[in-house]
Amino acid sequence: MAVCIAVIAKENYPLYIRCSANVEDELKFHFTVHTSLDVVEEKISSTGKTSTAGAPDMREFYLGQLYPSEDYRIYGYVTNTKVKFVMVVEASNTQIRDNDVRSMFRRLHNAYTSVVCNPFYILGSNISSKAFEKVVAGMIVDEQKKELFT
Amino acid sequence: MTDNASGVLFDLLHSQLVAYIYSTIDNKNKCVSQLESLGFRIGVSLGEQLTKDLPRFRDELEVMKFICRDFWSSLYQKQVDNLRTNHQGVYVLQDNAFKLLTHISVGKQYLDCAPRYLALSCGLIRGVLSNLGVKSVVTSEVISMPSAKFQIMVQRT
Repeated sequence: MAVCIAVIAKENYPLYIRCSANVEDELKFHFTVHTSLDVVEEKISSTGKTSTAGAPDMREFYLGQLYPSEDYRIYGYVTNTKVKFVMVVEASNTQIRDNDVRSMFRRLHNAYTSVVCNPFYILGSNISSKAFEKVVAGMIVDEQKKELFT
Repeated sequence: MTDNASGVLFDLLHSQLVAYIYSTIDNKNKCVSQLESLGFRIGVSLGEQLTKDLPRFRDELEVMKFICRDFWSSLYQKQVDNLRTNHQGVYVLQDNAFKLLTHISVGKQYLDCAPRYLALSCGLIRGVLSNLGVKSVVTSEVISMPSAKFQIMVQRT
């Protein structure tokens, strides 16, 4: 379950950013996502150095963890059409596995493809589709719900 | 069986679309560009759908190969017969039996009407390329039905 999910267009402006319900500093997440774009650019432009252990496979969409920070872990995913998905997860959330993140990105990608195929969607504009929001809401951790269980 | 059905559907829908555009738009010169921009939007969505499950493209040539193989076969149930390039950003795709023209004629009959049937496809190619980050200008040429040639000029900044 992520704390923040962002979809960024190929010209590097945000198409959609959504943060967890009662988070104090939404702007901080916007900033974090923005700075992680540099790391994404670096990863996709590294040319064919698949021999080194750290470099990602050039044929993959999933970029893995972008950079560590004390409070949050950030994951990236880029599509063939250079649309980037960035997901911010709390560092204290140890149950979330790499495969979970991969499958979340896959679902996001499918939802994004549906948005683009919608004839009412103007290319390059903000995503306001309710179906897409439902998919994202399923992935964002809801702070209020967490408190009900503690 | 389902591939054949969707191919036939697209072919018939396309020829009706061309006829509709020509009957509703008064300024006949604008028809081709209207068809081309229709194709552009379709191409963007199609590109998004089709590249979803393919591995990431390394360079422009891989993008062109995708167009010639997967893209062409999903639209016209066959692959492009010939791809030529001058390695300076100009690519020529040759299809010896272009699906949307095969039902019209073989040879020189109706040759002057051929461009209107290729406009949508030019837009389709331009749309897919633009979604994949390649800005281009796509033109088409028919010398003898049903073989068609598409020329892609990549605009390098």
